[in-house]
Amino acid sequence: MKKSLTRRNMLKTSTAAIGAVAGAGLLKGFPAIHAADAPVIRYLGTAVNMGDAVQKRLFDDTGIKVKFIVKTTDEVVKTIFTQPNSFDIVDSEYFSMPKLVPSGNLLGMDTKRIKEWDNVTSAFTKGEVAGKKIGDQGTAPKKVMYLKGAKSKEFASEPTQYVTLIPTVYNADTLGIRPDLIKRPISSWAELLNPEFKGKASILNIPSIGIMDAAMVVEAMGEYKYPDKGNMTKEEIDLTMKIFTEAKKAGQFRAFWSDFNESVNLMASGEVVIQSMWSPAITAVRTKGIPCVYQPLKEGYRAWAAGFGLPSTTKGRQADICYEFINWYLSGWVGAYLNRQGYYSAVIPTAKKYMEAYEWDYWMMGKPATADIMSPEGKKLASKGEVRDGGSYEARMGGVACWNATMDENKYMVRKWNEMIAS
Amino acid sequence: MMKFLKLKPNVGLLSIPYSLIFIFFFFIPLTLTFIISFWDYNEYSIIPDFIFENYAYIFKDCLNFEKDICVTFKTYLSTFIFCFITWFFTLIIGFFVAYFLAFYVNSITWQIVLFLLCTIPFWTSNVIRMISWIPLLGRNGLVNDFLLSTGLADAPQEWLLYSGFSIVLAFVHLYTLFMIVPIFNSMMRIDKSIIEAAYDNGANGLQILWNVIIPLCKPGIVIGSIFVITVVMGDFITIGIMGGQQIPSIGKIIYVEMSYLQLPAAAANAVILLALTLLIIWIMTKMIDIRKEL
Repeated sequence: MKKSLTRRNMLKTSTAAIGAVAGAGLLKGFPAIHAADAPVIRYLGTAVNMGDAVQKRLFDDTGIKVKFIVKTTDEVVKTIFTQPNSFDIVDSEYFSMPKLVPSGNLLGMDTKRIKEWDNVTSAFTKGEVAGKKIGDQGTAPKKVMYLKGAKSKEFASEPTQYVTLIPTVYNADTLGIRPDLIKRPISSWAELLNPEFKGKASILNIPSIGIMDAAMVVEAMGEYKYPDKGNMTKEEIDLTMKIFTEAKKAGQFRAFWSDFNESVNLMASGEVVIQSMWSPAITAVRTKGIPCVYQPLKEGYRAWAAGFGLPSTTKGRQADICYEFINWYLSGWVGAYLNRQGYYSAVIPTAKKYMEAYEWDYWMMGKPATADIMSPEGKKLASKGEVRDGGSYEARMGGVACWNATMDENKYMVRKWNEMIAS
Repeated sequence: MMKFLKLKPNVGLLSIPYSLIFIFFFFIPLTLTFIISFWDYNEYSIIPDFIFENYAYIFKDCLNFEKDICVTFKTYLSTFIFCFITWFFTLIIGFFVAYFLAFYVNSITWQIVLFLLCTIPFWTSNVIRMISWIPLLGRNGLVNDFLLSTGLADAPQEWLLYSGFSIVLAFVHLYTLFMIVPIFNSMMRIDKSIIEAAYDNGANGLQILWNVIIPLCKPGIVIGSIFVITVVMGDFITIGIMGGQQIPSIGKIIYVEMSYLQLPAAAANAVILLALTLLIIWIMTKMIDIRKEL
């Protein structure tokens, strides 16, 4: 009897342990409380560029608190569709707009309520940098910026008072490399599929972004010239995926990555020497003291842009608080914070006020650093004398070839991408 | 007997909470999944309908034997292979660990301590575990360093990581516990006098193991196998991370479809996965009547 009782206890303990393991993943977030005196904003986004410093500064300046709801790019979009009242403000990418706007779940943003609207960079509003047109293949922000009205589900081709998102941050992405392991100059997207790097290359496994990197590679190899990389036909998708499937079967890729941290580890460990990468991942590898270059390539950059949107049910005081938050966001301190991470702020003049002259020269002007360059967390990113990869703002943003995109054949593309992964 | 009868209405009442949980969190969601698998969809919404397009697409090209094997069959085939290999190793290892715990460790305290040791793989998050495999199995990892320095290999072995090997390794590492617990449970229920009787009748250790212990552990083995097989069939995180996202899994296909809001397509895939998994479990329960054995 005693034996069986203790065995019972024994089993209880071990079952509880398994139960705890299984349940650990389920306990996530609960709704924020809107107290009348201490406004809290539920901020839905990837939040890769946000840190505790932002929350603290925001509270000191405005008394507003932010509660982050952190999700991946694709999940942010899904949340807007399926739980449009679970957040107060969303940080989304422009390439999601062709999907999101027809759903009517987002409010047209009133530009009259944005103090710095006239200072928003022309890369967003006109598709120009320093007066010159930049590449607009894919879902360039200017194509999906304006709405026909506050509640409209249609894009306007001419500037209007209402916009889909208030722009916040953007960047020009390219391939990341390990110069110490490659030991020769890299200048073309075609190098991603160069057999020299067999088993040491990687691409990201997020179809909507991966396909754009793939298209840059295919075009650089001279295999095909797309009329619009950001809106491929079925035949073009087949062709692109065929080239990548063959490379995959030949063992070109060490791994695919879908999580920011995976890309950092692949690169830092030397498993991969050339891959699609995002700017903060490069920074993360570098702060470990490992050389890593965000290599400018002659075919140009793949750009992306993000901004703030509000759910269509927003009104009254809640709207006031959100607009106050956005105005604070664009007033310069965050802009400088973003610029120091290697992104670009949507309102450049205000960001400049919060940056030291040597920082401005390094990040924006492409001049050699006159002092060590620090990240917002105080870690060293570059030594005195180094120049930013890709150079100045005008050189980098001016070199944009295409934008992250939602294609008309999106459904087909996702299926083909899955087939490549399975091949 | 009378006492038992008096209790009967209460037994009915007691089953209500569980029935409610079962209906709300199992039956209704599953029914909805099944219904939605016949719906149509576009970029941003799902449209009530009754179409077979979602299923037809899954098996598109699958009956065309001139072309390469279709994605669906290929994915299931690879999943079945992982299932089998993982099941085989977790069974062998799990059985002997349970055997050791049940018959060689006599103190209950030590049994608990050793059991907790088996749960260590679950103490860290998936991401941490993934990262920790790289310094061990990676190109510049400990294993490769050892192979190179001892001259056992003259180039880094790349198949150690992001391969079928690393996936099976991670599965076995994680899920052996699911085998150990039910088999251990079965073993503890074996009446020691049966083993003594076998011994007295002249059976040797191996004969006792094969003719007495294994048959009596069958329920534990089947329950453990069901755990392991269902978990591996639906897994996409371990296959994704350890396979470098280059090896397909049904779970991953469903995940990608969900994140692009292709919910009916994902539902159709989920229904097929569920049907296949249930089929496997049904076959296993044919081998042994779990209800009777419990």
